[in-house]
Amino acid sequence: MGKQIPIVDYLVIDDGDPHLVAYESVDSGALYFDRRNADAKSGTTGFTRRKLDRAGTLRSFSIIHRAAKGVPVPYVSAIVDLDGGGTVKANIVNTEPDPDHVTLGMRVQLATFVAGTDDEGTECVGFGFEPGEIT
Amino acid sequence: MSGSSTADNVWILGASMTKFGRYPDLDLIDLGAEASMSAMSDGGVTIQDVDVLAVGNLADAATGVGQRLQKQIGQTGIPVYNVSNACATGATAVRSVVTSIKAGEADIGLAVGVEKMGKVGLLGGRERSDRTVYEPSGRYGAVMSVEGRIGTTLMPGVFAQTGMEYAYEHDGVGPEQFARVAEKNHQHSTLNPLAQYRKAFSLDEVMNAEMIAYPNTLLMCCPTGDGAAALVVVGEEKLKTLSDDQRARAIKISASVLTSDPWTERDQVQPDVNTLTRNAADQAYEHSGVDPADLDLVELHDCFATAELVHYDNLRLCEPGGAGRFIDERGPWRDGDTPVNVSGGLISKGHPIGATGVANLYEVATHLRGEAGDRQVPDATVGLTHVIGLGSACSVHVLERATV
Repeated sequence: MGKQIPIVDYLVIDDGDPHLVAYESVDSGALYFDRRNADAKSGTTGFTRRKLDRAGTLRSFSIIHRAAKGVPVPYVSAIVDLDGGGTVKANIVNTEPDPDHVTLGMRVQLATFVAGTDDEGTECVGFGFEPGEIT
Repeated sequence: MSGSSTADNVWILGASMTKFGRYPDLDLIDLGAEASMSAMSDGGVTIQDVDVLAVGNLADAATGVGQRLQKQIGQTGIPVYNVSNACATGATAVRSVVTSIKAGEADIGLAVGVEKMGKVGLLGGRERSDRTVYEPSGRYGAVMSVEGRIGTTLMPGVFAQTGMEYAYEHDGVGPEQFARVAEKNHQHSTLNPLAQYRKAFSLDEVMNAEMIAYPNTLLMCCPTGDGAAALVVVGEEKLKTLSDDQRARAIKISASVLTSDPWTERDQVQPDVNTLTRNAADQAYEHSGVDPADLDLVELHDCFATAELVHYDNLRLCEPGGAGRFIDERGPWRDGDTPVNVSGGLISKGHPIGATGVANLYEVATHLRGEAGDRQVPDATVGLTHVIGLGSACSVHVLERATV
């Protein structure tokens, strides 16, 4: 396998099962995927890194039929509440993009896939959530 | 505190808006000047009477729109605020003038909202080229465009998710309830000569239109367009010196509130349009002493049908969690318990962004004056306006017909 790079820096692909990681406020427990000068909840400045759960529940979604140019449609944009804390935005993948297969409250789990390959042969690893329960 | 303790009550003296639509032969300043001159004429004042000017515009905000407008309507050397605050831009311009008057710096102010968008299609939907050599960049270390790959940040999907989140948390809400919102607003717009579109659609037509972002079809999304609106605002002491006719038509601004979103857990990834709207509404009801049940009409921010539905609840127009039943029982129709968006709303009246928040106040004031023609809500004495822009900014105004 060639070199791989995650699509965003909060996706970890080289430390066990792929998972998401967040900055966690030491004071409030608030979670962020990007760096913060201070916690938006408390104003304090202490942060640690926290590994997030790979399983969650579908809180909301939209099936996108008219998208930015170059984005294949239809696809499902979703908001997922992760077990143990943290809410994440991602696509729902590995299922049909229609209201029969994507339903509010359904259980989902993190899935990764190759989203592209650059001119140097490096693969971009993307992530989404697929229906199902991690056992 | 915003707007509660006042040295002087503030009133709307003049109001105007252009028809919303597309004006290939008029530029931004033409539209703004038309609404400004008309509002001053309506209020019986001239630019010589105006002490402060605030101009709301989003797309051309870096170009000194207020000063460019002055060159068309009168350069008198007064303070000018150029205001940009997402979809709350126009309402923020109004509030800027209100606060100047309350601060005692001005007796009369002019607030203008104007936008020229044309037919631009999906906002933010332009193509972005991917990198050919992956290298992390930006706050999330992304190696390629994430739009459409890690969910969406474009408006139709974001506001669809707002509605679906409400459906997740509350019973009795689904695609049909959202579609009924658009059915209503399209029907309402047939009575409004200032609306961009004036065509009624059946519920089936709404639900079977081109799907944009489920559950929002094309007929459940507001159009882009051009337009302007303007208000002349006056302090109460000054108003008392004006003519009987000016005082008789003046409309009291009983609350003028602006909020941003406080921290909530999920709004880091999905904008929370609920909390800051609830905060703004509660402040507005407290400042004005008006109860939601007192409202004769509401103009709220229906950029998408899914958005209007959640704001029934946020603005306390229905029982908590009862937005689905509220629309099912026709509560927000023009002959219902609390008429909502009798103008046709953003969905059919149009949404030239900078103008929208001012046009909302124009609409409610026109009803309170009893001058709304075919679409007049009978005997309207108190109304509420609401706009929200992602980021987020929310403004709520309460207007009342009163004597001075």
